[in-house]
Amino acid sequence: MSVWRLVLREMKHRKANFVLSLLSVTVAIACLVGAQTLLRSDEIQTETILAEKQVEIESAITKREEAVAAAGEALEDSVRKDMLKLGFNVLIVPENQDLSELHLNGTLTETMPESYVDKLANSKIVTINHLLPSVTKRVAWPEKDIDVIVQGTRGEVPIMHRGLKKPLLDAVPPGTMVVGYQIHSKLGLKADDKVTLLGKEFTVKTLHPERGSSDDVTVWIDLAEAQKMLGMENVINAILALECGCTGDRISQIREEIAGVLPGTNVIEKHSQALTRAESRAKAKVAAETALQAEQEAGQAALARETKSRTDIQNQRAGLVGILVPLVLIGCALWIGFLAFGNVRQRNSEIGILRAIGLSSNQVLAIFLVKAGLIGLIGGIIGAAVGVLIGIQFGSLPPSGDTLQRIFATSAVFMTVVLAPLLAPIFSAIASWLPAQMAAGRDPALVLQAE
Amino acid sequence: MLVDIQDAKKTYQGASGQVLAVDGVSLSVDGGEFVAVQGPSGCGKSTMLLLAGGLLAPESGSVQIAGEDPYALTADARSKFRADNIGFVFQQFHLVPYLSVLDNVLAPSIATGSPGADQRARELIDQFGLSHRLEHTPGELSSGERQRAALARALLNEPKVMLADEPTGNLDTENATEVLKHLRDFASAGGAVLLVTHDAQAAAAAARVIHLRDGKLDTATEA
Repeated sequence: MSVWRLVLREMKHRKANFVLSLLSVTVAIACLVGAQTLLRSDEIQTETILAEKQVEIESAITKREEAVAAAGEALEDSVRKDMLKLGFNVLIVPENQDLSELHLNGTLTETMPESYVDKLANSKIVTINHLLPSVTKRVAWPEKDIDVIVQGTRGEVPIMHRGLKKPLLDAVPPGTMVVGYQIHSKLGLKADDKVTLLGKEFTVKTLHPERGSSDDVTVWIDLAEAQKMLGMENVINAILALECGCTGDRISQIREEIAGVLPGTNVIEKHSQALTRAESRAKAKVAAETALQAEQEAGQAALARETKSRTDIQNQRAGLVGILVPLVLIGCALWIGFLAFGNVRQRNSEIGILRAIGLSSNQVLAIFLVKAGLIGLIGGIIGAAVGVLIGIQFGSLPPSGDTLQRIFATSAVFMTVVLAPLLAPIFSAIASWLPAQMAAGRDPALVLQAE
Repeated sequence: MLVDIQDAKKTYQGASGQVLAVDGVSLSVDGGEFVAVQGPSGCGKSTMLLLAGGLLAPESGSVQIAGEDPYALTADARSKFRADNIGFVFQQFHLVPYLSVLDNVLAPSIATGSPGADQRARELIDQFGLSHRLEHTPGELSSGERQRAALARALLNEPKVMLADEPTGNLDTENATEVLKHLRDFASAGGAVLLVTHDAQAAAAAARVIHLRDGKLDTATEA
């Protein structure tokens, strides 16, 4: 005979007491585990919602970024094309060149070494492109009896640290001539006509359409031939270039950069209307980028709001659980204690005789605590299972194996479910402690006398 | 001397003041002796039985059971002492209602944990003619069977002293006779029996009868 056997027989005999006690432990543990499971279920749902929201925002921002990037590329391309259409828009001339001469006559008189263009091409400049050295001089074309601007060019000099770019205009091959509109229309020139200029014969290669500028009274020939004809060997009047699509004070940036490479030169910017248009577009691009950044910030703010809202709800629920669960636990503990107290009263005579036939007070205590522990163990196991089921059933996640796995992935829930059946016997024993002590302290003589 | 009570006094707090339940009683029961204590209700018979059973300490005087003062022991040691040395039989049987006859008889072994208790319990149950009731609960037994089961329980740990409080009070003559026979057998085997009873017929089974009146020893006669 053992305490265990006695306890099991008694539980079997007093089924109502056993069932009610078991129910109390089950409710307490189910409430504890269920609350944890529900909170975890909420947490998982929050994680899912926030992750979806994050993806949604990121996706929208990515699309917007792509759209802005595409628009930016299109803009840059558009600006580049505009620039290309306009041709060279930067002129590098010797510092002492009188610019009024250029504006009044379309010609230049001061020179600088031709090697300047190579020096510039070998530098690391970034603000300009497409370098074209030239000599320009207004001369009387004695053979035709008209004044023209002779411009000698040798074709573009590539900037070495950049990739090769398609030239804005082709070089004029030696022995050929490109003729401006006013000249060829006045002289009735056609392509492949032979003309003589300052004693040298040229074949007309190209006839320019009307441009409405000094180009209309200009003829273009090979640079070396022009230099020889005009007595300007190894010197040039200007370097034409195409500025990049910079924003801000462009000309200052270009001047600063070129001054570092070619001191003693001056930089003039042409075609400001187109540049203003390009600037507007650049500003539009900046505005689009700013709008994108604002959208990113708005997305992040929306996400933060959602996170805060979900966290607030979770905190409220956790707070409620923090109050309700202890209340339920206390209620169940009191109920278990009350049932144990009733059990002790019911077994008064039995306690008396067991003490009389030799059981110690500790053995009587053990009888009640073992019973409480056993009820706690069974109730803990059932309660943990019921709690998980309730948590899943009333949680916001679909009941599935995956849900279970996700819920148990958190150590808090896992530990609660694992520890509940182990802690429930202690909980039950504590709740039954006072009645058990009362039983152990019963004086058998008093009990037997009362009987 | 297995039971030796000397000048024992015990008072209770009653509704109308202190009641002297046992007033300077001295009593010795040797091994092999069967002593009956008779007296009217409230004369202190049961109190004297509890004193002798190590359940109620006297306020003065001494109690020696099997040569040892149980009240000098700690509470737990006294419980073990009772389990080892004293058997109890009561008028109300005091069987545990949800245990079978076998488990009831085995109940004292919870205290002693003695090996072979199961075998001894079965022998006792057989000896008391309850083999066919082995797995029955007290509710399924007759009064006589219940008292025999209680007797078997009292004898499980082979006590030296048997204390019986009105053991025949709820039994018919036949069963009462059988219970008294078992008590006599216990005494014949060398044990000391102290029987508390109203019943003169039961007292007649004892070798010695002691009368108590108002907590005092009145007279003693040989049966």
